[in-house]
Amino acid sequence: MKLQVAQVLIECLREQGVDTIFGYPGGAVLPIYDALYDVKDIKHILTAHEQGATHAADGYARATGKVGVVIVTSGPGATNTVTGIATAYMDSVPMVVFTGQVASSLIGRDSFQEVDITGITHPITKHNYIVKDPQQLPQIIRRAFHIARSGRPGPVLVDIPKDIQVAMVDYTPASLEQDNSDRAGEVQLDENLYRAIEAIDNCERPVIYAGGGINIAGANEKLVEFAERIKAPVSCSLMGMGAFPGTHPYYMGMVGMHGTRYSNYAFTNCDLLIAVGARFSDRVVSDVEKFAPMAKIIHVDIDPAELGKNVSTHIQICGDVNRVLDVFNEKVKVKEENRWNAQIEKWKQEHPLTYKMNGTLSPQYIIEKLYDLTDGQAIISTEVGQNQMWAAQFYKFTKARTFISSGGLGTMGYGLGASIGAALGRPGERVVNIAGDGSFKMNSTELATISRYRIPIIQLVLNNHSLGMVRQWQDLFFNRRYSHSSLGQDVDFVKLAEAYNIKAFRIDNNQQVEEVLRSALELNEPVLIECDIHPDDKVYPIVPPGAGIDSLIDLNS
Amino acid sequence: MKHILGVLVENHPGVLSKVSGLFSRRGFNIYSLAVGMTEDPTVSRITIVVEGDSYIVEQVIKQLNKLIDVIKVSRIEEDSLTRELALIKVKAEPATRHQIVELINIFRAQVVDINKNHLIVEITGDSEKITALVDMLKDYGIEEMVRTGAIAINRGRKMLKDDRNKGGYDNGNNVL
Repeated sequence: MKLQVAQVLIECLREQGVDTIFGYPGGAVLPIYDALYDVKDIKHILTAHEQGATHAADGYARATGKVGVVIVTSGPGATNTVTGIATAYMDSVPMVVFTGQVASSLIGRDSFQEVDITGITHPITKHNYIVKDPQQLPQIIRRAFHIARSGRPGPVLVDIPKDIQVAMVDYTPASLEQDNSDRAGEVQLDENLYRAIEAIDNCERPVIYAGGGINIAGANEKLVEFAERIKAPVSCSLMGMGAFPGTHPYYMGMVGMHGTRYSNYAFTNCDLLIAVGARFSDRVVSDVEKFAPMAKIIHVDIDPAELGKNVSTHIQICGDVNRVLDVFNEKVKVKEENRWNAQIEKWKQEHPLTYKMNGTLSPQYIIEKLYDLTDGQAIISTEVGQNQMWAAQFYKFTKARTFISSGGLGTMGYGLGASIGAALGRPGERVVNIAGDGSFKMNSTELATISRYRIPIIQLVLNNHSLGMVRQWQDLFFNRRYSHSSLGQDVDFVKLAEAYNIKAFRIDNNQQVEEVLRSALELNEPVLIECDIHPDDKVYPIVPPGAGIDSLIDLNS
Repeated sequence: MKHILGVLVENHPGVLSKVSGLFSRRGFNIYSLAVGMTEDPTVSRITIVVEGDSYIVEQVIKQLNKLIDVIKVSRIEEDSLTRELALIKVKAEPATRHQIVELINIFRAQVVDINKNHLIVEITGDSEKITALVDMLKDYGIEEMVRTGAIAINRGRKMLKDDRNKGGYDNGNNVL
């Protein structure tokens, strides 16, 4: 049948099962928006800013596992998506971004709202397209979705010139094609796998290092089975939060710069490190020379380019972690707990995560209370900085896709938009965005989106009137020279929320926390809670720059 | 150490910039790059000479393989045939012209243009051979020189072939 390309685009989104798109109209996407006018089965969420749309699509994708979809106009609309795309790329989030482009005849002439967005986004997308032949649009969209979700997921951008959007083409409906990503995840039962099994059987002090790949693959239960089989303690990277239940006796929390002391000790002293779906980020490793110095390292990842990239590893296995864990769970010998497990327990007792309760409002206490009151079942998004680290340390995540945070890129301003996407992707579930005042200000315009659609999300703004993580570094490593990190009393967040017709609370001591959180959780509507915390509260432990991960500074050092 | 990579890519606009962009982004050094058509009009072949240790070369290959437009990447072996082409405009007065021509003959190069004061020399060969001629000609005065990157092909039966099954769309090994 003959259809306009803009219509075909909608049909192709239906083919992919898209139910929600995040976008912002403009000149170069008017034909697509005209087609959207009649669409009832796909929800379009109008954000306040294109960056917010990309973060929302990203949050939607992380919370659901489905591909997030964004539609924006050319030029500034397209460039505003760049930070959101880069955020998704660094954290392997499946996303398809459609950008309008000026008409083909105007490309290359510095036309109004023209920008070379495929050139700009090449380094931050898995792949991108500019549609030149309207007839190819369906195939390009199908490929774009396939690329976004297959293997190691990531963002794909499709740039569509305005004249192409109105062209008439033949459209033949296709059902959701058989995803052949399975093939890419195939694991060879080869020598490496047998070497890994042998190494696991022969080790005495194993540690499992779980990354975001476990959550993406949904291999959480297999990981628990594996850890219990070999009695190995498990640490997670930031992206790995939820990969292993935070309530499990073998759980050691985060590893690396703000990892627990026992995680970092375990990594430094283990004889076998089993990395699954993790990429040895510099925030985990710190000094490569001092990282897991006694260990043989097994590295399992679906992206072959990650194997041996950041740390040289001894046994490299490329493939879907589900399949590798299946093989391990079938073939490795069941172990008994030994002195190593006792040692880990001892470290846990000696060096628990702690914080000061000095009369003022403690951010860690708020997060612990939030955990209690939500039974650990909430979906938590975060901004970036101290708020993010406290959330990772003090909320015990037990399931995949419940911790939504910008790990690789560390995008301040991510959390609010992401919480919108997560809430829309998983209606009926409790969503809380744990924010700092600095990050929150970056994209607080998205409160307008929350207000417009009345999305019941709690914004928990930990307000220390400063850029907390910057200040912490200046305090510890730059002689307390607080260069441009103090924000003072510049915003009244309660009034800000009220301007958006969002209910708001303010708390300034620990006694108020439980009551206010309880009331906020009971309200099934948008809420903001401003928490007045002390600017000198710090994230501990911390590995100073250049040190090995077992050289930590903490509250008492 | 230098390594030669043969890279088959989709013959689309923009592919070369994706490949070269990867090198600058990841901090890999390209010594030379040459691109052209192959026996299949939908496929181009890029020969890249890259400088680095085995870690760098392995990373280059893995990262190239992640590009959707890249069909196949292969290391070209050391005993392969490699060729570069250079055109050298050298000062040649009547008094020196004869000597230069003799020199050129030794290298099996050719004079492709001549006027009262200059010769243009065309030479093909591996990098070392061309560099050797350039060194010799320097004494007479090189006015201008243009040189291609290396192209390389394996000897014997070993081939760099697009072995995807065509028809339908298939991202081959490039989508992880």
